[in-house]
Amino acid sequence: MNAVPLLSLVVFTPWIGAAVLAFLRGISPATTRALTLAFSLSTLALSGLLLFQFDPHSLSPQLVERHTWIVALNVHYHLGLDGLSLLLVLLTGILTPAALLASWYHLSPSLPLPLSPSSSPRLFGSLFLLLQGAALGVFLALDFFHWFLFWELSLVPAFFLIKLWGGPGAPRAAYQFVVYTIGGSAFMLVGFAALFVATGTLDFAQLAQLGRDGTLAAKLPGSGHEIVFFGVLLGFAVKVPLWPFHTWLPATYAEAPTGAAMFLTGVMSKMGVYGFLRILWPIFPAPLHYAAPWLSALALGGVVFGAFAAMKQTDLKRMVAYSSINHLSYCLLALFAVSYATGRNVATGPAASAALSGTLLQMFNHGLSAAALFACVGVLQTRKAHALSLPSDTGVPPVSLHDFGGVRTAAPIFAGLCGLSLFSSLGLPGLNGFVGEFLIFRGVFGLHPVAAAIATLGLLATALFLLTFWQRVFHGPRAGVTATAFADLNPIELATLLPLAVLMAVFGLFPGLLTGLFNPLITSWADHLTLP
Amino acid sequence: MNALPLTIYASFAGAVLALAAGTRSHAAARWIALVTALTSFALTLLAASSFAPSPGLQTIIDLPWIAELGIRYHLAADGISLTLLVLTGLAATVGVLFSWNIEHRVGEFFALYLTLIGGVFGVFLSADAFTMFVFYEIAIVPKYFLIANWGSPVTREHAAMKLVLYSFAGSALVLAGLLWANAAAVAHGSVSSFSLNDLAAAATHFSRGEQIGLFALVFTGFAVLAGMFPFHTWAPTGHVAAPTAASMLLAGVVMKLGAYGCLRVAMPLFPVGLAFWQPTIAALAIIGIFYAGFIALVQDDFKFVIGYSSVSHMGFVLLGLAAANATAVAGAVLQMFSHGVIAGLLFAVVGRMVYERTHTRQLADLRQLPLHRLLPFAALTFVLAGLASMGMPGFSGFPAELTILMGVWKTSPVWALFAGGGILVAAAFTLRAIQVSFFGSIPLSRVTASGSEPIHAGSLHHYEPITLAEKVGTALLLAATVYIGLKPDVLLDWITPALQSPLMQAALKGGSL
Repeated sequence: MNAVPLLSLVVFTPWIGAAVLAFLRGISPATTRALTLAFSLSTLALSGLLLFQFDPHSLSPQLVERHTWIVALNVHYHLGLDGLSLLLVLLTGILTPAALLASWYHLSPSLPLPLSPSSSPRLFGSLFLLLQGAALGVFLALDFFHWFLFWELSLVPAFFLIKLWGGPGAPRAAYQFVVYTIGGSAFMLVGFAALFVATGTLDFAQLAQLGRDGTLAAKLPGSGHEIVFFGVLLGFAVKVPLWPFHTWLPATYAEAPTGAAMFLTGVMSKMGVYGFLRILWPIFPAPLHYAAPWLSALALGGVVFGAFAAMKQTDLKRMVAYSSINHLSYCLLALFAVSYATGRNVATGPAASAALSGTLLQMFNHGLSAAALFACVGVLQTRKAHALSLPSDTGVPPVSLHDFGGVRTAAPIFAGLCGLSLFSSLGLPGLNGFVGEFLIFRGVFGLHPVAAAIATLGLLATALFLLTFWQRVFHGPRAGVTATAFADLNPIELATLLPLAVLMAVFGLFPGLLTGLFNPLITSWADHLTLP
Repeated sequence: MNALPLTIYASFAGAVLALAAGTRSHAAARWIALVTALTSFALTLLAASSFAPSPGLQTIIDLPWIAELGIRYHLAADGISLTLLVLTGLAATVGVLFSWNIEHRVGEFFALYLTLIGGVFGVFLSADAFTMFVFYEIAIVPKYFLIANWGSPVTREHAAMKLVLYSFAGSALVLAGLLWANAAAVAHGSVSSFSLNDLAAAATHFSRGEQIGLFALVFTGFAVLAGMFPFHTWAPTGHVAAPTAASMLLAGVVMKLGAYGCLRVAMPLFPVGLAFWQPTIAALAIIGIFYAGFIALVQDDFKFVIGYSSVSHMGFVLLGLAAANATAVAGAVLQMFSHGVIAGLLFAVVGRMVYERTHTRQLADLRQLPLHRLLPFAALTFVLAGLASMGMPGFSGFPAELTILMGVWKTSPVWALFAGGGILVAAAFTLRAIQVSFFGSIPLSRVTASGSEPIHAGSLHHYEPITLAEKVGTALLLAATVYIGLKPDVLLDWITPALQSPLMQAALKGGSL
């Protein structure tokens, strides 16, 4: 137990911010903006402290806070930090301020931007901070009860952000998003109820221990073990999403306002992958192993169909949305390959640690590049609205591949930063996206060569559609929206994109900065691959 | 603890006073009602603060009443009754606050209201089946008058009649069951008595056929009031036609009377019957969860959505009872408390905050209004209550559903999976109600920035602002649902020991599949 509950501060500072905003009636939009941004930056600031205190070589959770909470249900308030959590806390800390900057026209009607379709900046800011705190809670909680609290509560602000500030189809998309996700979570809840009945605990570490030594399977007789596994699997599969549970995603991302789309793809989709790594895999090593061939096929479906679907899109937001399905499916493919190879032969260690390192890097890198791409699409949307002289209260229009041309000459800075994000997403060596994907392919080839071979199809299609994006929008003669004036990035847009671009380059050249945080953890995972 | 019977007498005395005062001053009648309800609430909290959980009912008063038949005026309480007594005290207080604007025959309104409350307190305190039955009937009669006189003009006569006919039919079954049980007990050589303990002891000698028949009569009779499918149809119509406070009490407390009767009388007295009927009850509960949920999903009338959602949620209570193990039943009692609070909130928003200002309950009309701007307090309350009703963690519905799921899984994993599907349906209809009612089809980005300007010419109504009484009532209920959501131990620590009593253990053991 440490004196300052640092992890609680990380989780609850954004919520305190939301409460402060909710109670400060009548503050100006500028103050709202500043306060929201300041509270959202708290995560990054506190992450600095976390990095300082964090010891990557210690494998057990650090800075642990554990207090008795609900005796009747053996629930403890239990937070802890390891390399995986820290990576995602950092990601949340980086992306939330960026997403807020990208939404500043929602926060302030007075800002000199092409569009100001804003209202209730306080509500927008509070909801965003609630969302941030909930995501951080998910990454730090180690007991199911409040992990699930954060997991479910994150849906509420996301729902309202999409519904109230989204595009014309937003109400339907927001509804679909929440009902799908709760549909998955409801069966996960049944699964955990059963786990509690069988074991009397809801603590992730204790459950993982019981899963590892086979007690869990013995305590859930009949097909109980499998039912519970599939219930929990469903919850995470919808969230990531795993093909074919992805159908809520394209509409949701496409209708969400820019900032929310950045957060959804950058952080919330990671909540699902995190669940696979933190909960499903450790607690159910054996069922996951037996299901792995089938699940790998589904992940491959996501890799291939996600990329091909993206190739068929003309709407740029939908294209980026489908590319997210493709990129996250790599993470799952790597995990399933590791689980599939577990117990098959002794030489899986290096390949497994490559695949798992790749998964973690890919989570982080996809967060950066996908969020940056949504921010870029947001910029294109405001330019189109400006070119069409849309009244400021109609919201931003959808943008298609054919709306633009020659943006490179009209807005060189924007073209540079957007190009960097595209090539990072495509996996160009030297940029961050490459390292993660390379490690995943390296690992999966060692563990499950056929799957790796099929997954290259996805790589190919990804290259095709991202290059099409680049070519149609940025090259060629100026056309469409670009034919008239196309302003380059304004300072706020620059402040959104530039840090992300810098990080993409830095982590592309020095991936060790990130892998150093979680390498010992991954090595220990890879060294202890056993089945009960 | 020993002061608990005062809740009954205070309510009846308050009813008389309110009736007398109402002829001269409406304000006096209101204040009498509020003070009475607050007194009862305080008494329940006081009893709760000094409550020492123990297995079995703790007798408070036990006097001979009709000696020839062995009927006694026997009041007692345990953790289960205490949970529901606190709920009743809370609901009664909040109900008065949400009836503050009633101007028509105020004295009579509150007299009937307090009589109903007194009857409910009586049922939860009775340890003698006959005493309980008397209080049960006392609670039914005022409902008719409350709905028929103060209900919504078009449907009130029909709804009141339907509700009372269903209720009386249910109590007729209960009465028949109790008389049969008494006769059978005498036939098997016991002394004539209606005490729950004596009946339970006598019932151990009953034949299997008698147990099955008796359980069917008594359980069905009580389950009518709990809104068990297919006997639930009185509930939505009754809830919709009733004035706000009555809807809050009907859904919040009166439906609990039925579930409480099932738990307190039918299950411990006839454990063999319970074991026989268990799968049937579970099936009906699951059908109710889905059937009412799907209807709530397509309703055009805002209040009907909430009415059917109550039936759906009571399905979870009945499923917990059907699972008949200590975990599931504890969850069911927790869900009774939770639903009582949440249904109160939902009806308060729909019936009082929205309907009495907009004068429409049609979702098609409401979605035209930017209601979240016009009534932001109501919108916020409804969103929070809706989240609680969906079983979001952090609100009381979540620990209740989690505990029910745990217990139901113990009895039958298949039922638990159905219950998981039910949670999904509840999320779908609640979210739809939130979406359509308050947030219409107009995204906020289409609305001008300054809230004080007309949003669409002609569509801005200057609604009466939310009153202090409404705010206090809302705050009380919200505090209760969040507090229990974060600290469910408080109630579980009362409920769990009560389930360890020999009487309950007979039912819960006899009921394990």
